[in-house]
Amino acid sequence: MSEEKFQPKIVAFVCNWCTYTGADLAGTSRLKYQPNVRLIRLPCTGRIDPVFIIKAFEKGADGVLVSGCHPGDCHYNLGNLHARRRFILFSELMNYVGIDSSRLHFSWVSASEGKKWVDVINEVIDTVREVGPFKKYQKINKEFVLHE
Amino acid sequence: MKIGVFVCHCGENIGKTVDCATVAQRAAKIPGVAYSVDNKYMCSDPGQNVIKNAIREKKLDAVVVASCSPHMHEKTFRKAAADAGINKYLCEIANVREQCSWVHDNIPDATDKALDLVRIAVEKVKRNIPLTAIRVPVTKRALVIGGGISGIQAALDIANSGFEVVLVEKEPSIGGHMSQLSETFPTLDCSQCILTPRMVEVYQHPKIKLLTYSEVEKVEGFIGNFTVTIKKKARSIDEEKCTGCGLCIQKCPIKKKAFNEFEEGLATRPAIYVPFPQAVPNIPVIDRSVCTYYQTGKCQMCLKVCGREAILFEQQDTLVTEEVGSIVIATGYKLYSIDKKPEDSEIKGYGEYGYGKYKDVIDGLQFERIASASGPTNGEILRPSDKTQPKKIVFIQCVGSRDEQKGFSYCSKICCMYTAKHAMLYKHKVHDGEAYVFYMDIRAGGKMYEEFVRRAIEEDGVKYIRGRVSKIYRQNGKYIVKGEDTIAGMPVVIDADMVVLATAMVAQPNASKLAQTIGVPYDKYGFYQEVHPKLRPVEVSTAGVFLAGACQSPKDIPESVAMASAAAAKSLVLFGSDYLEREPTVAVVNEANCAGCFYCLKVCPYNAIEKKEVKNKLGEIIDYIAHVNAGLCQGCGTCNATCPSKSIELIGFNDEQIYAEINAFSESFV
Repeated sequence: MSEEKFQPKIVAFVCNWCTYTGADLAGTSRLKYQPNVRLIRLPCTGRIDPVFIIKAFEKGADGVLVSGCHPGDCHYNLGNLHARRRFILFSELMNYVGIDSSRLHFSWVSASEGKKWVDVINEVIDTVREVGPFKKYQKINKEFVLHE
Repeated sequence: MKIGVFVCHCGENIGKTVDCATVAQRAAKIPGVAYSVDNKYMCSDPGQNVIKNAIREKKLDAVVVASCSPHMHEKTFRKAAADAGINKYLCEIANVREQCSWVHDNIPDATDKALDLVRIAVEKVKRNIPLTAIRVPVTKRALVIGGGISGIQAALDIANSGFEVVLVEKEPSIGGHMSQLSETFPTLDCSQCILTPRMVEVYQHPKIKLLTYSEVEKVEGFIGNFTVTIKKKARSIDEEKCTGCGLCIQKCPIKKKAFNEFEEGLATRPAIYVPFPQAVPNIPVIDRSVCTYYQTGKCQMCLKVCGREAILFEQQDTLVTEEVGSIVIATGYKLYSIDKKPEDSEIKGYGEYGYGKYKDVIDGLQFERIASASGPTNGEILRPSDKTQPKKIVFIQCVGSRDEQKGFSYCSKICCMYTAKHAMLYKHKVHDGEAYVFYMDIRAGGKMYEEFVRRAIEEDGVKYIRGRVSKIYRQNGKYIVKGEDTIAGMPVVIDADMVVLATAMVAQPNASKLAQTIGVPYDKYGFYQEVHPKLRPVEVSTAGVFLAGACQSPKDIPESVAMASAAAAKSLVLFGSDYLEREPTVAVVNEANCAGCFYCLKVCPYNAIEKKEVKNKLGEIIDYIAHVNAGLCQGCGTCNATCPSKSIELIGFNDEQIYAEINAFSESFV
């Protein structure tokens, strides 16, 4: 295998009540998806600070997924809506600094949507694979660290 | 810090795709890990002893268990850790089953991922601190939403155990769909005869507060401590004064304007009415949309005849607040109404069956009313259009159920049985009639169910045809049912006098609204989602909220009653203790850093942030800073993400812990 497929590294920040449970359901239903993702479980997507996303890219992620409950279904009433607002602003900022916004994804996956989780995560992985490794940021980061 | 890593094989569930021994060996090299081992079943007694012994012998400070989802066994392993003497919050779970071995096939990939998940958990647990659970008192009182057979059963079980119950029903009477049924399978018991004594028992029970014609508006609080706001809709009747004599109903001049909901549109009712004669409570309601007084200001006939002055035209909706510790949801189902497609629905409907167009093409509940002794035909089988006895009747099963093309993919479960019952009731009343049933499969799983269907076929001579119906149309006063017999491999044409469609059971149209009010997950059909399909079928992810009956999925009466008793038992488990332990993962403020901007206060969904005074030496207030009321905080962490100076943090999920988890990636994936 000379032309090995690029294996992107995806970090998913998910809420405990909807998406994490939805991902569990995918497992219980024995659905299969690509293994390129690592989940970080948070109580709510409202807990997600945009700095987490920067950190993830800094630490070598090629793509990031933020996923929580559907609007109106948030276990904490409104956290997912706060997350959505932050996300919209933050992806604007990413665009502004020249980072391909297809590296950053947002979705709603409920506790009963195991199949949707599989579709979402496969799509994120495929999209990021298409965009390629995120060398630019990592290079800057390396230089930055060297000069520190 | 000395950390122990315990990798579970879960029999073959994990071990088949994750090389657990390798994970354990490699985990031993993670900085901070002092001990690492794999075991066939970590959750078993010997498995838990492996953890406990290692904690004691190796003097571990924290543990990571790589096993199933934390939603499954976090409690088990935390307890094992606590038994061996370490704080239970120094135990983290790496989910290597649901989110690794079950979803990936390739062993090297799955093993790498499992090791990463362990690494993430190790980095997190290093930064965990010992915590003590928060103790909160329990309000030993339950709210039951829905007064059908499930709600009635749950309310009676809880009340008979000595605890107060608030039962809320949105209709003017309790009883639900069961009160509409003629007879019940497989015993052919008269439905009302077995239900109405229960309804009366609810009404007379000293521990049950019954709120009919009422809806839940708002739910605040958490397990053991819910505050519920209930809207009592205006009946336009003084419930205290009304004796239920029924004179107002007799005298009401509006007789034909209103569709009788209880009779499923097969009859009309007055503007002032009780849904059915045995209604509980036996107090009428004025339907303001048809009452002359509300249209023109005249009439007032009911007021004139009421000897008790119980008519209150100006009555308003009122809000009632109730404090409860548990909530049982028993809101039931609706029949899929095939002529009225829900808006933005993907369901294409069954226009070819002519429901809504032909008066004699009816649904199952309408047939129940026709067959019922208290129904519009007094139990005589007469067709709605011309009140003649149908000599040939066709029943069609799976209208909407098990049909991904046009309806829903699920099975409505009760239709095979009730169609057999309908056909049987028809044959018992119309001896020279012919009954045909079009079916896909007969699903008669239940005690005496299969025997019941066989009785319909063998003793009562109901003709079962396996196949679907493609079209129903009118010709020479008959309904021509064109279908297919897939066993004989031949087309079938029946010239029927009446057709009954076994339409799918669907969730209540406002099920998602109630779910959002309470915080209950629901599936794509609107049925409420249980925590675990096998082991926790009546609980939902919001603690203290339980499910009963068909609001969770289509169910028959015995299953609904059993589930209601289970939901009642779960409430009683809660009421068995005076205090509850709550997760101590709440927000705290670093008072030295807080600048008092109160962004946190604005985003907090629970009003848990308070303004705390900062005083100088003279005792004068010089500033305000944020303070978290730990009793109200539910631990969502939105404040933590919002705080510009990072002076409020969510214990258990603070920035340092999450950065450490992200950091673990830089070593992984390589």
